[in-house]
Amino acid sequence: MSDNPSAPTPGITQQERDELRRQGILLTSIQELYTWGSSHSVWPLNFGLACCAIEMIAASMAKFDIARFGSEVFRPSPRQADLLIVSGTVTKKMAPQVVRLWDQMPEPKYCIAMGACAISGGPFKQGYNVLKGIDRYIPVDIYIPGCPPRPEALLHGLVQLQEKIRGFKLTGPDAPRHLRADLPCDYPVPEFGAHDLEPPANPDVWKAPVLVRNEKA
Amino acid sequence: METPEQIRDRLLARFPGAEISVVANPAPAAQHSLLLGHAPAVEIARFLRDDPTLKLDQCSNVTGIDWPEKEIVETTKSTVPDPAGGPPKVVETKIKRIQPGYLEVVYHLYSIALGHGPVILRLRTGNRTDAVTVPSLTPVWRACEFQEREVFDLFGVVLTGHPDLRRILMWDAFKDFPMRRDYVAPDDYEWEPTPHGDVLEKAKRHYPVPPAAAPVAPAAQEAPKA
Amino acid sequence: MSANDFSPLAPQAGSHVREVHDPLHGELLEVSMGPHHPSTHGVFRMIVTLDGERVMKLKPVFGYLHRNHEKIAENTTYLGSMPYTDRLDYLCSMTNNWAYAIAVEKLSGQPVPERAEYVRVILAEITRLLNHTCLAGFLMQDCGCSGTPLMYAFREREKILDLFESLSGSRMMCNYQRFGGCRVDPSADWLDGARKLTDNYGRFLDEFETLLTGNEIIMARTQGVGALSPELAINAGVTGPMLRATGVNYDLRKVDAYGVYSRFDFRVPLGAHGDVYDRYMIRVLEMRESIKILQQALATIPAGPIMDPKAKLRGFRPKAGEAYGRIEGPKGEIGFYLVSDGSPNPYRYRVRPPSFVNLTVLEDMCLGQTIADAVIILGSVDIVLGEVDR
Repeated sequence: MSDNPSAPTPGITQQERDELRRQGILLTSIQELYTWGSSHSVWPLNFGLACCAIEMIAASMAKFDIARFGSEVFRPSPRQADLLIVSGTVTKKMAPQVVRLWDQMPEPKYCIAMGACAISGGPFKQGYNVLKGIDRYIPVDIYIPGCPPRPEALLHGLVQLQEKIRGFKLTGPDAPRHLRADLPCDYPVPEFGAHDLEPPANPDVWKAPVLVRNEKA
Repeated sequence: METPEQIRDRLLARFPGAEISVVANPAPAAQHSLLLGHAPAVEIARFLRDDPTLKLDQCSNVTGIDWPEKEIVETTKSTVPDPAGGPPKVVETKIKRIQPGYLEVVYHLYSIALGHGPVILRLRTGNRTDAVTVPSLTPVWRACEFQEREVFDLFGVVLTGHPDLRRILMWDAFKDFPMRRDYVAPDDYEWEPTPHGDVLEKAKRHYPVPPAAAPVAPAAQEAPKA
Repeated sequence: MSANDFSPLAPQAGSHVREVHDPLHGELLEVSMGPHHPSTHGVFRMIVTLDGERVMKLKPVFGYLHRNHEKIAENTTYLGSMPYTDRLDYLCSMTNNWAYAIAVEKLSGQPVPERAEYVRVILAEITRLLNHTCLAGFLMQDCGCSGTPLMYAFREREKILDLFESLSGSRMMCNYQRFGGCRVDPSADWLDGARKLTDNYGRFLDEFETLLTGNEIIMARTQGVGALSPELAINAGVTGPMLRATGVNYDLRKVDAYGVYSRFDFRVPLGAHGDVYDRYMIRVLEMRESIKILQQALATIPAGPIMDPKAKLRGFRPKAGEAYGRIEGPKGEIGFYLVSDGSPNPYRYRVRPPSFVNLTVLEDMCLGQTIADAVIILGSVDIVLGEVDR
């Protein structure tokens, strides 16, 4: 698993490991094997919201070919998917459904916010029906800016996600969400209110950014 | 195609007593429109659709416009002779009057059979609060069905005679009419890297200037609706 | 009531069939398809009431991509709305730009130089190729030919997007046209690239049609499915290829002859049955006509300025008034209705979305068909949710 140089194997140096590998002996740890395997078969949910979805489809087609990175299996059902690509503007009418899809996905699961709208509302930020970023309700692993991001940017985001997965520890306080009992795995679905979604954000996931403003007198 | 005035005259001959007037459009496009009263609007629409010289068989576009009440200041100038014998003074008197607000539904009609158009119809509500009904033209043109629902959803115009008048774009529990001019969106402002203009004003509300040495308090999540 | 009158099949109040139990016919089943469904082309939702596999009732639910385009446009300048029009129908940003530019030009009486008119025609026809190719690919995907036709379509799409990108700087969101012309002048190299694309596109269509048009499975799957009568189509405001598939000769490029379309020789393909197969064939034939227009426009494009030198973009304040401008977009009549009160922002800004209005007849086309047919009928309407919900 030479593509994970950061993971140390106790008692043996990288050099010795490489030497053994040349002789046909593969030394690895469960952690490396686990993260290596799961990083190379991230199955996305076949879920498009808006303009970015077209570029997501383009990324899976011949010219960009997301299959090179093991993610060509777009699953129509959230029960079979590992990765939620929030590709486009999340409106307030759609937000509960997105959260519900996220809840229906089995762990381990990851979320990519693709495009400016999914990150912050983007060009439609001023809209009364536009959610100012999907990270108000669900945790986001990778943010891909752009309006829409090019398919290459999506592929880059996917590679970043794979690196993140390969860096996971299976035990201890740094373990990912799905391996820890103390972290919530259930995200409350917002309700349609009379004027806005209720609640307007999930306080466990999202805190308003703290701004230090220096007003010149 | 006939001019709006000719259409109005023919309609008045056909529907005596109907309120029909031509609303002039000063833009270079000169797409003048016909303002209809409520009572025979559906019959007039049906007549426009079936009339052999007009044959307006396609209703292309239906939309609402909100005209809130506004204060109009009219200035009148009058010349008052100076009693001292000097040159006469020009006195300006300003009269303020309140133009009542209303909601308007606009229909753009075209003829596929004869290839002409548009003939523009306008219907107005009595006010913006309790008399917000206009007759629906969906029984004449199916094309109005969803677009009239949208006018109901976003402007709050109640279209009587519509077969299925429900909210279409917003959710059913939603109470406001967001396309009205006085709609206030829920305040879910979040700091932007480059605040400017009214965004900056909002930012001041959410992120008050901290006192010199005091730590910065986290911003309020659910600020009261402005 | 005349035949044109409100259809007895029209929706009645209330959207849900709660519980229907009829011991003779069994129970009706209410299925909510969408907003997350692979075959609804985005976040469209239909509430379908089924008797076995037959559709007894179908209620579309909109608004899952309602991102307040009109409200935002009323709070920004005329020019500031141009990039938002790209995001309406995100497959055809060039035609959306053009429709908006035409409406503003009507509002302010702004003339357009001849070269810009030619460039607009060229870009609109390339957009039509792009849209119809992608639609054919997605429709075939819905029919069950997973992969191959869509792969072919997206291969061609990439070629077109490369052209768009080299002209405007962006693949999808071109933001290219302006009131009184276009933003940048296409170079001779770019025009050569467009000629090459045009010359090769016929070969791609031949290949595509060999694969699909005469295919027996596709014919069995699409012929006679989702038929629409011309009377209902006209009354329901259906426009574009869907209207022409029913045999109604109505193409705004001929009727309004906006831009310089009157100078080109092309025909308007018409269908006879108004079913899914006709809608597919109309689009293929329209692409062939678009190639003809492109060849003529690229051969005769004049030199000259690309922008009217007197055109004002920043600080643009049209006089009070209103205008409705429309063009024949790939999906149908896309129009913009603008009301100006003399300020820099439009007082009222309205998009007439073709695919939203075309969906009016979705229920009429699907009634009595099977649920699998409802999927391809929806596919043949050619909707893009950015425009349906705005």
